[in-house]
Amino acid sequence: MGNQDEKTTSKVANSILIETAARKRERKQLLIISLVCIFLFFGIWEIAVRLNWIDGKYLCAPSAVIKTFMTKLSDPKPDGAVLGIHIITSLKLVLIGYIAAIIIGVPLGLLMGYYHTFDKLVSPIFEIIRPIPPIAWIPLSIIWLGVGTAAKCFIIFLAAFVPCVINSYTGVKLTPPVLVNVAKTCGATRWEIFSTVCVHYAMPLTFTGIQVSLGNAWSTLVASELVSATAGLGYMIQQGRSLVRPDIILVGMLTIGILGAIFTTLLSKLENKVVKWRAKS
Amino acid sequence: MDEQLGTIKVKLRNISKSFYSRKEVFEAVDNISIDVYENEFLVLLGPGQCGKTVLLNMISGLESPTEGTVQFTDNNATDVGFVFQKTAVFPWKTVMENVELPLELKKEDKTERRKRAQYLIDLVGLNGFENSLPKQLSGGMKQRVGIARAYANNPQVLLMDEPFGALDAQTRYQMEEEVLRIWEQEKRTVIFVTNNIEEAVYLADRVIVLSSCPAKVKEIYNIKLQRPRDYVNQDFLRLREAIEKNTDLAL
Ligand SMILES: Nc1ncnc2c1ncn2[C@@H]1O[C@H](COP(=O)(O)OP(=O)(O)OP(=O)(O)O)[C@@H](O)[C@H]1O
Ligand SMILES: [Mg+2]
Repeated sequence: MGNQDEKTTSKVANSILIETAARKRERKQLLIISLVCIFLFFGIWEIAVRLNWIDGKYLCAPSAVIKTFMTKLSDPKPDGAVLGIHIITSLKLVLIGYIAAIIIGVPLGLLMGYYHTFDKLVSPIFEIIRPIPPIAWIPLSIIWLGVGTAAKCFIIFLAAFVPCVINSYTGVKLTPPVLVNVAKTCGATRWEIFSTVCVHYAMPLTFTGIQVSLGNAWSTLVASELVSATAGLGYMIQQGRSLVRPDIILVGMLTIGILGAIFTTLLSKLENKVVKWRAKS
Repeated sequence: MDEQLGTIKVKLRNISKSFYSRKEVFEAVDNISIDVYENEFLVLLGPGQCGKTVLLNMISGLESPTEGTVQFTDNNATDVGFVFQKTAVFPWKTVMENVELPLELKKEDKTERRKRAQYLIDLVGLNGFENSLPKQLSGGMKQRVGIARAYANNPQVLLMDEPFGALDAQTRYQMEEEVLRIWEQEKRTVIFVTNNIEEAVYLADRVIVLSSCPAKVKEIYNIKLQRPRDYVNQDFLRLREAIEKNTDLAL
């Protein structure tokens, strides 16, 4: 009897081992495919520039971009600041605008989703503001706030704000009535229904909104720095254009890409923690 | 007969419910009067879409009747436990947290409510799954969570709205047995809704047959069969057939 039990448990352990091994192999294969693809892409690009299929005025080779990237780490020429300064300047703008958008937008959306009168109060204004592209706010914000940091943060805030509100709003609206009824029969007050049921239910969608906001924030950053700046990644790109230095432009673009990817990864990590209850489809 | 049934727990008097839309009035429940006795297992049997859920909602206070009154004879005892038709567990809460919710909302002491919830989890047979999330549970197990949570409310009346409608036949039979076992152990007044005649006869002290929409009381059967009941017993089958002939159920 006991012997048989041992046998079955060892069988189970074995099958787990086999499965994880198979999964590992699959993951390795996928990784190799991704790497090959990246190398092919950059390889063809490099060759195309070296063999002069593309004029160096329009595009420089990846190797040149890496070289410029390295020198820009310590050399402020030709655009006036080292890469680190550009990154810090932009990061500050994005973070201020983005975090403010989350702090104000998410609770606003959640409350609008739950309280009808509040919804009716805020919705009309929100619906009018919503379709206006954030860039269209640049002139007004310069008049109001000048050409400094505040105006840029404000524009980034507006861009990131809208998806935060819409998604958390929708999340609350989609709360199944039966869950609300459960809370009601358990004696929950209106506020308790909101805080223990609706807010939780809205979390997955809210996170989607926060992710979309991040993309909006970065894309608006570049636009806002085109207007007036003395440092920043958008400014660097703009300088690259005036100086006809595609390598500088590409370094700027690449840096934004990498920073964005880092942020997205961190957010996904946080999301998986907060909404780990979500059933995987 | 009345003294046999005991004291009255809930009185429904001339209850009607209509829903008004812009174009028309829709009658869901029409003039129902029922007395529910203490600790009886009352089954409301009615065809689909006949207003059974609406009726339970009115008893629980989730909706108010257009006409008539719902009265709990024990004045300060309007607490009800509700097991909903659709599985209604909070997906972000573990089994333990789901069962604890009513106690948490009543601001009960943490160790006290842990103890009570653990007792109920054991009672419904979910021992060992306290820390599981709903996505890890089967449909039957989720309904068990719902039953335990309804009990956690320490209800005077337990309302069950077709709790096993979504389960496969095998699980359903098993759950019917379980529900009776739990009810024997923790005596409560139960109002159980179903559209399944066999289930009704198996569970009930009394079956109230409802007509199709709008719901009216069509007939009341006292089921005196001994428990545990046997689905293929002669008397069981005879009763089942009698009810079957007298319902609007389209089966
Ligand atoms: N809030 C509402 N507004 C309008 N009509 C409603 C509302 N709630 C229920 N109804 C209607 O009342 C009727 C009865 O609904 P109810 O949910 O009580 O049926 P049921 O007997 O529980 O059916 P089932 O067996 O499918 O659960 C349905 O036709 C439904 O459309
Ligand atoms: Mg129903």
